[in-house]
Amino acid sequence: MSTKTSGGERGHPPGGRTRLSVRRSARLVERHLMIHRHTPGVLVAEIFEPLLYLLSIGVGIGRLVGDVPGVADSAAGYSAFVAPALLATAAMNGAMNETTFNLLRKLRVDRVYDSMLTTPMTVWDIALGEVCWAVLRGTLAATGFLAVIAVLGLVQSPWALLVVPCAALVGFAFAAVGLAVTTFLRGWQDFQYIQLAMLPMFLFATTFYPLDVYPRPAQAAVACLPLYQSIQLTREIALGRVGPPLLVAVVYLVLMGLAGLVVARGRLARVLLS
Amino acid sequence: MALQTPADDVLLHADGLVKRYRRTRRSEPFTAVDGIGFAVRRGEAFGFLGPNGAGKSSTMRMIACVSPASAGTLRVLGHDPAADGALIRSRIGVVPQDDTLDAELTVRENILVYGRYFGLPRRAVRGKAAELLEFAQLTERADSPVENLSGGMRRRLTIARSLVNDPEILLLDEPTTGLDPQARHALWDKLFRLKRSGITLILTTHYMDEAEQLCDRLVVMDHGRIVATDTPAGLIGRHSTPEVLELRFHPGAQSVMAEKLADLAVRTEVLPERLLLYTADGRTTLTRVLARNADPLTSLVRRATLEDVFLTLTGRTLVD
Amino acid sequence: MNAPALREFSYRMIRYRRTWRGTAVVSIANPLMFLLALGGGLGTLVDRNGPAALGEVSYVSFLAPGLLAAATMQTAVLESTGPVYESVRGRGNYRAATATSVQPFHLYQGHLLFIAFRATTSALAFVTVMLAFGLSRSPGTALALVGAAALTGVAFAAPTVAWAVGVRRPSSLDSAFRFVVMPLYLLSGTFFSVDQLPAAVRPLAWATPLWHGVDLCRAISLGTGRPAMTIVHLCCLVALTVTGCAVGRTTYRRHLHP
Repeated sequence: MSTKTSGGERGHPPGGRTRLSVRRSARLVERHLMIHRHTPGVLVAEIFEPLLYLLSIGVGIGRLVGDVPGVADSAAGYSAFVAPALLATAAMNGAMNETTFNLLRKLRVDRVYDSMLTTPMTVWDIALGEVCWAVLRGTLAATGFLAVIAVLGLVQSPWALLVVPCAALVGFAFAAVGLAVTTFLRGWQDFQYIQLAMLPMFLFATTFYPLDVYPRPAQAAVACLPLYQSIQLTREIALGRVGPPLLVAVVYLVLMGLAGLVVARGRLARVLLS
Repeated sequence: MALQTPADDVLLHADGLVKRYRRTRRSEPFTAVDGIGFAVRRGEAFGFLGPNGAGKSSTMRMIACVSPASAGTLRVLGHDPAADGALIRSRIGVVPQDDTLDAELTVRENILVYGRYFGLPRRAVRGKAAELLEFAQLTERADSPVENLSGGMRRRLTIARSLVNDPEILLLDEPTTGLDPQARHALWDKLFRLKRSGITLILTTHYMDEAEQLCDRLVVMDHGRIVATDTPAGLIGRHSTPEVLELRFHPGAQSVMAEKLADLAVRTEVLPERLLLYTADGRTTLTRVLARNADPLTSLVRRATLEDVFLTLTGRTLVD
Repeated sequence: MNAPALREFSYRMIRYRRTWRGTAVVSIANPLMFLLALGGGLGTLVDRNGPAALGEVSYVSFLAPGLLAAATMQTAVLESTGPVYESVRGRGNYRAATATSVQPFHLYQGHLLFIAFRATTSALAFVTVMLAFGLSRSPGTALALVGAAALTGVAFAAPTVAWAVGVRRPSSLDSAFRFVVMPLYLLSGTFFSVDQLPAAVRPLAWATPLWHGVDLCRAISLGTGRPAMTIVHLCCLVALTVTGCAVGRTTYRRHLHP
């Protein structure tokens, strides 16, 4: 090529193999946005699933359940209890789909990162970019779901808007850990083990009933589940009970996300830069 | 390897370069590249020639700064890949062996996104993409998904993509493997044009004609080591004779005939179905063979090629 | 069944030998989790409210047979989508097999037989868990439950396999699962009685094939079955299977011997 384009990163600082650059991470998000212009349907699906659960369990079983202990307004009753939990789950699933299922395809089948690494992009940039993208996806799914349940009259407090940043935090924690776990997977068949961990967590983390149905030792164990912390955070906020105890969940999720990110970076470097 | 040229003209310099892989934590490390040294000057087309598993691709990955060297020194554009990987990568172009095109993007989007990875401004990349699509003769396919492209088109797109950052060095790992003859020749033309424009080409291949066509200098690798370094003509001159006489006798008779005719050639080689006589003048040698009433079933006089050098140096046994 | 179909079946079994451990764990863990969390946890809330709405049975005894049918359906559909798609495209065996004397319909039969095997074993695992929870009255009931659940699975697998052979993009499989299987799973009277739905929606629920499977299993488990209704359920499920086979015969030929 005879013509030259100016610009680029000629004056790049040294140590670039490991350096993290938010600007470079954003370019990965740019790629994903370019692709998702072609497939907007995914978001619809991610809102549809929690809505189904809300209709069948929330409404269907709500009639069988009657009053829920701890929910003041019995008009909305059981559905208002279940909806925030489903919202936290939507944020978790939206984010984790990206860093587990889709990421394994990009890592092992499409080998998208191989070509990225021939550019100034670093492994850190890829890890952070993927997590940012996943957070975006999880937050969008949760926000869409919030809009739908607001229309259904299940949002009771203006505090509910705080649920959006909560969803982002939930997305961050699960996306980062999901990414770390995915780097250990040998193939698609290993996904059933992720499923084996996620499904019980979804069922047991007080999604459908309060913590006090468990005997005391089980309560302590359930309280350690990351989804329990996520549900607790969104449910308390959605029901208008904002207070310092929620900081526990916030700190828990931040630490979980950071730990996931560090492990993910190390593992990605091993897998990609052999 | 001693360098005779001014240092600033050497874009690539390796000394005692080693790459070891460890399959699992406990297994013995496998040495893919075993202490090689070479230097490439600006504007050269430099080739790595070798059978599968010789260590060519590992070497390329180390040069591309996507695989850390296990030992030895490597300088690319005067920098150390271990410290300045991102800086080096911003100034080189990479055409990997298996196309790593982004299957979810269109032809044009592949170049746009790749350009953005280099941090090029959006406007600049758009202009550059149009220019590169023209160069790769893909302008009409700009908006089709890459999965609909033929093998030749995919490879042209990969090369176009690798040029988006105006690289000073272009790394090509087996650029024409798997392409049909038309596509290969079209690709060679593109590579000649790039070379003329001053880009330094570094390529691996196991096609002898490709190495002879494209490379100013090349090294032959085998089992992770460099077994010869020279120009294509120099290698043929040093490790082969100018011509080769190929004779075919009745099955089983090749070794017997080899002994009878050994004195007529510089070197003979016995193959299951053929006998090769390495000689300065094939036609004269054939006349002498016939004069001894050897009566081969078929005979062929041909010019020696890099293939003969290659097989001499690396052996005829299948490696995988 | 014929020899070439059995060859496809045995090919599936050979492959399954490498992955059966994982599916065995899932087949046991899945009902265990659902029965504990929903039957136990959620059941606490429901039973607190009084068992009248469910016909005087505890929530977990109401839920378990419905969940058995729904879970077996899910396993059967999962086995009928991804693996069939993979067999036609990618590194699947269909293309190699159709180049031999095996006919496309043999592949359909053999593959469906394997899915029937998977549905039966996962139903068996589920019913074993039910027995452990004391949710099945007798060994005879347990066997009848396995049969009814397996039939439900096959009734879904037969048309699904026939469809999946012609699918072009994996995203279609995803959509089918999200927009067809999950709504069926959640709204066919598995978790609550269809009678709880508004009267206008009830006929819709009766029309879904899964409801027939759920109601059949529930009637067997609770001993509330009426002969006429049982025959209707069986006829619906068998009709779905036969229709699926007929469609599969055409689609397999069209897509594998085009």
